[in-house]
Amino acid sequence: MTESFTAIVPMLCVTVAALAVMGAEAFRARGEDLPLGGLGIVGLVGAAAASVLLWNRNAVSFGVIVADNFGLFVTMVLLLVGVLTIMFSSPVVGRDGLPKGDYYSLVLFAIAGMIMMATANDLLVVFIALEILSIAVYVLTGIRRDDPRATEAAFKYFLLGAFSSAFFLYGIAFTYGLSGSTRLDRVGTYLAAQSLSDNPLILVALGLLLVGFAFKISAVPFHMWTPDAYEGAPAIVTGFMSTGVKAAAFAAFARVFLSAFEPFSGDWAPMVWLLAAATMILGTVVGVAQSNLKRMLAYSSIAHGGYLLVGLVAANEIGKAAILFYLLAYAVTNLAAFGVIALLGARDAANDELRDYAGLWHTRPALAALMTVCLLSLGGLPPTAGFIGKWYVFSAAVSAGYYGLAIIGVLTSVISVFFYLRVVVMMYMADRPAPIAAPAETSRVAMAALAASIAVIFYLGVLPTPILDFAAASIATIF
Amino acid sequence: MLLTLSWVLPLAGALLLLLVGNADGRRDGVIRWAALLVSIATFAVTLAIWAAFDGGVPAFQFVERYPWIPAFGIDYYVGIDGVSLLLVVLTAFLTPIALLSSWGSIERKVKEFSIFMLALEAAMIGVFISLDLFLFYVFWDAMLVPMYFLIGIWGYDQRIYAAIKFMLYTMAGSVLMLVAILGLAYLHNAATGSYSFDLLRLYTLDIDPSTQMWFFLAFTVAFAIKVPLFPFHTWLPDAHVEAPTAGSVILAGVLLKMGTYGLLRFSFPLFPDAAASFAPMLAVLAVVGIIYGALVAMVQPDMKKLVAYSSVSHLGFVVLGICAMNTQGVEGAIYQMLAHGVSTGGLFLLVGMLSDRRHTRLISEFGGLKEVVPRLTAVFMIITLASIGLPGLNGFIGELLIMLGAFRWDPRFVVFAGLGVILSAVYMLWMVQRVYFGSVTHEENMKLPDLVPREWAAAVPLCAMAVVMGVFPTLFLRPMESSVEALVERVQARQNLRVNRSFESFGPFGTFERAERAERPER
Repeated sequence: MTESFTAIVPMLCVTVAALAVMGAEAFRARGEDLPLGGLGIVGLVGAAAASVLLWNRNAVSFGVIVADNFGLFVTMVLLLVGVLTIMFSSPVVGRDGLPKGDYYSLVLFAIAGMIMMATANDLLVVFIALEILSIAVYVLTGIRRDDPRATEAAFKYFLLGAFSSAFFLYGIAFTYGLSGSTRLDRVGTYLAAQSLSDNPLILVALGLLLVGFAFKISAVPFHMWTPDAYEGAPAIVTGFMSTGVKAAAFAAFARVFLSAFEPFSGDWAPMVWLLAAATMILGTVVGVAQSNLKRMLAYSSIAHGGYLLVGLVAANEIGKAAILFYLLAYAVTNLAAFGVIALLGARDAANDELRDYAGLWHTRPALAALMTVCLLSLGGLPPTAGFIGKWYVFSAAVSAGYYGLAIIGVLTSVISVFFYLRVVVMMYMADRPAPIAAPAETSRVAMAALAASIAVIFYLGVLPTPILDFAAASIATIF
Repeated sequence: MLLTLSWVLPLAGALLLLLVGNADGRRDGVIRWAALLVSIATFAVTLAIWAAFDGGVPAFQFVERYPWIPAFGIDYYVGIDGVSLLLVVLTAFLTPIALLSSWGSIERKVKEFSIFMLALEAAMIGVFISLDLFLFYVFWDAMLVPMYFLIGIWGYDQRIYAAIKFMLYTMAGSVLMLVAILGLAYLHNAATGSYSFDLLRLYTLDIDPSTQMWFFLAFTVAFAIKVPLFPFHTWLPDAHVEAPTAGSVILAGVLLKMGTYGLLRFSFPLFPDAAASFAPMLAVLAVVGIIYGALVAMVQPDMKKLVAYSSVSHLGFVVLGICAMNTQGVEGAIYQMLAHGVSTGGLFLLVGMLSDRRHTRLISEFGGLKEVVPRLTAVFMIITLASIGLPGLNGFIGELLIMLGAFRWDPRFVVFAGLGVILSAVYMLWMVQRVYFGSVTHEENMKLPDLVPREWAAAVPLCAMAVVMGVFPTLFLRPMESSVEALVERVQARQNLRVNRSFESFGPFGTFERAERAERPER
């Protein structure tokens, strides 16, 4: 009996922490300041410890949640995202007057949903997880109720997200209608038996699920909501959703398409190929034209989704492991970049236009240097995590024979370097510094999180072997 | 250990400087000295490597190898042979000089400047010693970042444009090389069952000629941009002119050689068949570059731009020697790389000194400086003559050997290349004449100070090296001899092998070329 609960322990830890944060907020005395963020981190660390203990155990709960190594790897990435988000948020919450208890519990609920999504072995559970995390993230997007842009972003995000959920659910319905089950293993068995017949309904189901996932990972042409939502949300929330949501959605995407729908890879691979190419190209090319840093990084994160899709198209051992490694590298880097933006913001000025960064080097040399490292890693320059991630993804593409996709990938990453460098140019080479009205004293917790992220970026870039092996071991269990 | 030390030392120096607090530049002096001492120590390390280097052996020496990413057969694998040895020494020789040159001109953010210079040195040395293609690519790309900042922060007016152009041009070429590197590792996997980025193992890979063609192009475009070979040269005048003096010295002295070094180390030996069919085309581009660079240099009003275009011309010679792929041609190419590093590095240094004094580099702003700054004039003359290729100075040996090699390959190229030699004398001497001779034309030039001790310290080693390289060429040729022979043999042996096996798969020009080589093995 107890055995059947083991796989959901990480999720439980996070959920309990979220409830504890809510409770503490509800019962706190007026004016009392509770360390709610610390409470959340305790829950996340507990979940991480549970994940470590579950490693290699392949625990299954209720037949629908599997804590296999693949799911656990993504879980760890998500927990890291959670810890870093909470650390970056600590100065932001007070400064922007966010409702502290609500904010942290929403972040934790979102992470619980993400973990569920990464470990779900049933299409309906994937859907439930998707809703748990999406609703939390919709609210987080609009959590600054005094900011009309945030409200607009939340509304847009909500409408389009609901729309995409419908697609996804419709795909599940078709799959169920065909195979009589929503469990991925049973669907897989059924489809493997069908692989020679060309039942058009299978393609319909496949297409609808693909659209649903493509919305969540903001693949072109289903990316329309992304720039607005990312620009409108508070910077740290944008960092959170551009990494956490993407990682969770990709984990589920890979699990569904590379295990259950694997027999039909001949049908979906060309479609995903197109999605990947379009996503990389549009994400970078449109990114060049942006003058708002958050919007620019929104397009950059679209492009990074394209690189991840390359790993999915390649669909070989390297590709699957590459997705995991890339998710980690991208999550840390992107979150740290948004962390810097969040730290430089102020309550009444977001300071997220490119020109606001002019001469940052002179006023805040440490932040400028850290931001530069993040941008170089996003651009894929050695010796950073981003370089190894890109190299890994492209070597997957090359070894699967997708030279065209690899070439598109490397060329778009050169274009992306151009807009990342625009930020560096502003920070280091602009003549007239912009007066950034942010507090000169930066929170210790947030700086520690930044320093840790940079350490991870360089560690993954210089000594990637342990994590690469870890990623390679993670995929062995399911695919 | 010595080889690892040669790139770790400057990197460690850079990291240490990062920790030094330098608010408002109060420790500028200490930082300058520390950076200089680190770079001199690095030079000493490379000299020790040279001293212990056995020139009679063609194999790689000082080899160090540790597994890095075992799952993909990636090693930390370094070593040097006669081709790379002197380029490493050149890098370590020019860096202290470049640092010294910055003492007068870099006033702000000295700490960051020194850090970027040392990091750049580490990456450049890394490029020359890597024997693992992945490691090579890491250094190759990592080097762009410090150079980008050097140009972009401390450069002249158009520095941002030049820095971005430099970065994007080089990256655009090198990412395609990355795909080709991955492709090579994949081919190795297909042939042997394991991934490998080991250069020596990849040399033995038998690659289908049509695949070779694509891979050769991917590698060669990356290197051609770096060289820069006509018509990929347009980034160079911008980067050279806008970079601070120290940056220009390093750009001209070392960075450009990475392109020609890459051709020698990677493009030609990895893909010998493709190299044989593309060599005539490359040589044509090289010759066009020689003449075009010289003609454009002639009409430049800006001294720095003139020297920059002269680099296009001089590097054309190097590519021509490599394309000839015989002992004289390749030895000449390497010698010319070294000579060009010394003399063009020197020219940028001296132009930088003039520009520090007058804050202009326009030739028309000067005139008759011989009367005002006789010592600077003398030094400038020596370096100019070295650059032109006067016998007894360093430029002569390389150009002569290249012409010899090219003549044995295809005499037609030599005719045009010879024209380039004449033109180089024209534009350089004409510039010297306008700047230094005649009467003083501008009032503000009357009081220019002559060389100060710090400038002597930077200029004298360059002049001495120009003379030594011109008078004792064997000192530099002997260490590279056996490695070059081995390289030439490797390329031609694989080409001949291919000819015997599939005679008809090549065009008439290619087969003629190879048949002739088979009959008449090169020395």
